[in-house]
Order: sequence, then structure tokens, then C-alpha cells
Amino acid sequence: MRDIKLIALFAILIATLPFLTNSGVILNFVVMALYASLLAQSWNILGGYSGQFSFGNAVFFGTGAYIQAIAQMQFSMNAWNALLLALCASACVGLFVGSVSFRYGLKGSYFALVTLAMAEIFRILSLSVNFTGGGVGLMLPLNSSFAGMQFVQKSGYVWLILSLVCAALLITSFTKHSKLGAYMQAVRDNEDAAKALGINPFSVKLVAISLCSVVMGAGGAIYVQLFQYIDPSIAYGPQSSVEALVAAIVGGVGTLWGPIIGATALLLMSELTRNLFGQIPGINMVIYGFVLVFIVLFAPAGLTGLGVSVRTLFSRPNNTNSTKDVDDADDLKGRDAENGEKGTDRANLKKSTNSPKFSDTQVTPFTSPTIGGK
Amino acid sequence: MFDSTIFLSSTLNGITMGAVYALIALGLTLVYGVLHIINFAHGACLMIALYGVYALWVLLGVDPYAALPIMIGLMFVLGYLLQRFVINRAGHTKDERVLLLTLGLSIVLENLALIFFHSDTRVVETSYSLQTIQLGQVMLSAPKFFAFWGALGVSAMMLGIMKWTNLGRAIRAVAKERTGAKLMGIDVEHVYAMSFGIGLACLGAAACFLLPAYYVNPSVGNGFIFVSFTIVVLGGMGSFVGALLGGLLIGVIESLGGLYLGESLGQVGIFIVFVSFLIFRPQGMFGSKA
Repeated sequence: MRDIKLIALFAILIATLPFLTNSGVILNFVVMALYASLLAQSWNILGGYSGQFSFGNAVFFGTGAYIQAIAQMQFSMNAWNALLLALCASACVGLFVGSVSFRYGLKGSYFALVTLAMAEIFRILSLSVNFTGGGVGLMLPLNSSFAGMQFVQKSGYVWLILSLVCAALLITSFTKHSKLGAYMQAVRDNEDAAKALGINPFSVKLVAISLCSVVMGAGGAIYVQLFQYIDPSIAYGPQSSVEALVAAIVGGVGTLWGPIIGATALLLMSELTRNLFGQIPGINMVIYGFVLVFIVLFAPAGLTGLGVSVRTLFSRPNNTNSTKDVDDADDLKGRDAENGEKGTDRANLKKSTNSPKFSDTQVTPFTSPTIGGK
Repeated sequence: MFDSTIFLSSTLNGITMGAVYALIALGLTLVYGVLHIINFAHGACLMIALYGVYALWVLLGVDPYAALPIMIGLMFVLGYLLQRFVINRAGHTKDERVLLLTLGLSIVLENLALIFFHSDTRVVETSYSLQTIQLGQVMLSAPKFFAFWGALGVSAMMLGIMKWTNLGRAIRAVAKERTGAKLMGIDVEHVYAMSFGIGLACLGAAACFLLPAYYVNPSVGNGFIFVSFTIVVLGGMGSFVGALLGGLLIGVIESLGGLYLGESLGQVGIFIVFVSFLIFRPQGMFGSKA
């Protein structure tokens, strides 16, 4: 209930923004932040709540984008009907990818690699068939009207994407609190135990991947409406997969607001680097990569987890060390020894994150719901 | 339609390329077999090695083949440091975490290359770049011929190291039973870093053989990531013999796929092999367990 109030508040705040300012810079930023949040939230549903790390969300993104474009251009459909069709198509692709990989029990890195390979297969196929326009891509004709889902004013896009983001937030909130969501989180935390309790992991994961693919497909359709252009490397290239994944991880996986915060923070950062370094190609992505490395190594609970992590640090000074196996104890000892030599602030900080009470977040960073959830 | 000469030369081309693929995949499978992590930055590291060979050629005039010992050494050091000071910190418990970390590394490396070398595709033009060698009815370009034997030679050397040296024994011990190896007095962290170093040294060697017949640009590694993953999955994760045979096989599949299905669609063959092996036979051709 609290979530829904917060979502409503968020919706009202953002929706009134176009009335308060006419600044193209701000509205453009809001549009792009909402768009990135949509992608990140999609990844979060599958990766954060069901623990299946996808490296190939582009396969849903590209399908949504292509169907949105093709339905309008070749079947002269209304953009809103096209969106509906695009969502259905991405859901189908999601079910296909999910049923193929989950039926045979692919987990962890293997699932990640298979999704990546699927995206590559789709990319090559979309290069080779006719109706996608091949390497030339598809250019959506300009049609600035409500029926064409293209707006002269940025505010139209703000409201359009905001409504989709809110829908994604509601889906995530449902995922968090419903019985189905509890199943998902059980499968994420310990699949074997979940199975022993009578949960069918296959169908639970299948629902998760179809929710994820619907949201990602919406992102792809929005991309086409925003930029009026799509080609195989935009649609199925790794860019959108990486964007979705990094934003969710930076913000905090398995949390409702993490992906939104992560996406906004990354966008802000990339705007800042663009202002600082000008148009050096790649500098943006270098910092992107560094942020990912940093978050994975030092703050596995993401930005939303930082505050909670610090709070737990002070409120629970003592905890036991009993659940760890030999390997982890070795790792921690080795790292502590290294840090001890340096004796700097950074080493102290790291030492504290390596200390036993934090071992849970260190060892299984993405599977501890208590960190960002409460 | 079916021309045996073209078929033969295409197959031969595939085999030569496959030998280089095998060398690249050996590095990946070694890292997987010992550290149990999937190094997503493998392709980006290959790209760095290719730029290394290129820079040596342009700045110092070192012939790519003469650069072999330099590149092996440099890449080994890079790998050792990378494992010891970066990747090691993510621990070995959750494999997705290392996958994310190495994804971050590959993004950083690729875009650093973009900043320093720009996106132009570069080639090294040596005196032997355009020479060919006649083998029966079939012509084969000289750099590919050298690359084939060179890659096989380095692979054999690496297998020798694994089999007959103390380092190799230590690596195999750690791969089999980490705690046991530790109790025997093996410095596990050192062995991990050595394995990662050797894994990247394979890339250094592969880059020297590859560049005279190939090109380099910041995203060149992407093409190799999947090829080498496919080979490793095909041959069985952590299996050396599997990686060698898988490399040759994938080289041929790619070459024949390109011949009969066209350049872009031909690549689908590799991905289909990859996905179907992961799904139906994740232990690969020679692996014993999933």
C-alpha cells in the first residue's frame, strides 16, 4: 500500500513538471531518464526478483522496436495498437527464450550467455531478412499527432513514458508483495529449497521473464517513437542490454526504486562527463564501465543499498561468523591482510565491508533481500 | 554448384583460422577450468593484444612474429595483475558477479582503445602479407599458413607446461581440489593469478599470429568472444583437448557457413551450435560433468 502511495506521488510530481518549466533541457533529461528507468526496471524484474541475470535483454527490446515500426509502416496501424502488438510480440519472444533456457535448467552465467547469444542470433537474422529493412534500418515517417504517438511538445513524451514507467513500477510492486512474487524471490534465494516446498521454478521463472520482456518491449517501442529510426545493431546490439543491466545494478537490484535512481544517476553522470570532457568518443562509456566495476566490487547492494548498509553497520555491531565455509574465510583473511598493510581510509572502509557482519552482502550480493528491501 | 576446389580451400581456410580460435579458447578454458569464472573480457583483452602488436610494428618496427615473446610476456603480466588486484576481489563464490565485473572491464578496455586509437580499422602490411602458398590445388595465404603452425606450436607448448612442469602440476591441483592444494602448501592466489596470466599470454601469442592476416579496431574482440565461448562450451568447459578440436571445428563451420549462407547469415551457425550445446549437452563433447 505504501508503495502504491509512493508511486502515485512520483507520478503526480513528474506529471506536473511540464507545467512548471518549459526548459527543453530539463524536459529532455526527464524523458531520457524515464526511458532508461523503463529498461532498468525490466531487467530488475527478472534479475532482481527472480535472480536470473540476462545479458541479452536487447532481444526483447529489439522485437518491441521492430514490431512497433513495422506495424505502423507496413500495415499502417495506429501507433497505440502497434504498441499493444509490440508488447505481445516481445512477451512471445520472452516466453520462447525462457522456455528454451529454463526447461533445460540453465542457470547463472549460462543463462546470461544464452540470452546474449539469442540477441546475436536475432541481430543477424534481422540483418538478413527483408521486412526489417536489413542493415539500412527502418525510418518511421513523421506524424506528429496523438494517434501517431509522436509529439511536438516534449511534455507528451513525458506523460507517455511516465505512464509506462508507473505501470512497470506497479508490476514490480506486485512482484514484490504478491504470492507469485514471493515464489519468485524464493526461487532466487534458493531454487532447490523452493522446489522442495512445492514451487515449480520453471513456471515461476517463465512468468518473470515474460513480465520482463513486456516492459523491455515497451522500452523498444518507445525508442522507435522517440527517435523514429531503428536498425539491427540498435535493436539487437548489446547497448540496450548493458544499459538496462548497469542501471539496475548501480541503483540496487531487487528494490522498487533502485532502477529509477540508478538510471537517473547514470544519465546525470553521462551528461556531466559530456560537459567536462566535450565530445571525446568513448570517455562516457569508460566511466560507465568503471562505475559498474566499482559497484560490483565495493557496493553490491547499489546506490539504494548504501544508506541501509551504513545504518546496519552501526546498528548491528556483532554478528556471528558461523555460516561461512572455508573458501570465504580464506578470501576474507587474504583481503584483510592486504588491507592491513595499507592502513589508509580506503583500506579501513574496505576492511569494514569485509568484516564478518557484512559477509552475507559480500558473498551473495544480489540475493539478499533484506539489504534494499526494507 | 558444388565445386570441390572452393570447398577444399574454404575448409582449409577454416582450419587455419580454427587453430587461432583454438589458441584463444585455450586461454579461456584454462581460466574457467582453474578459477571457475567466465572471463567476459577475453575478447577485449585480445583487442588490447592486437593493438599491442600494432603499436610495436608502427612505433618500433617490430615484425608481428618477432613480437611474439614480447607480447606473451606483456599479456602475461597484464593478466597476473588483473587477477591479483581486480578480479580476485570479487571472490569466486557467485559466478554472475565475476561476469558483471569482467563485462565492466571489457567496456572500459574497449572504450579506452576507442579514445586512444579511434574507431579506424587498422592493418599491418608486412612483406609477406599478400604471399600465397600452393598446397596441391589449393592456394593459402602465407600469414594464415604461419598462423596455423604457430598457433598449434604455442598450444602444444602450453599443454607441455601444464603436463610436465611444477607450475602446471600446481595449476591442475588447484583446479581439481582447491582446499587440498592449499593444504599441500600451494599458494592458491598465486596459482590463480598465474593461470589468468597464462590465459592472457595465449591471447598475446594469438594476436601476433592473427594480425598479419587480420585487422584491428576497438570492437574487434566482440567477434571473438562468442566464437571462443562456443568453442569452450563445445569442447567441454575446462577441457584442453576439447578446446583444440572445438576450435578447428568452429573454424570450419564458420568458413563453410560463410561460403554457403553468405557472410552475415553464415555466422548464425556458430550461435546455433552454441545455444544448442548449452541446452542439450552442456558438458560438451569431452566434458564429464555439467
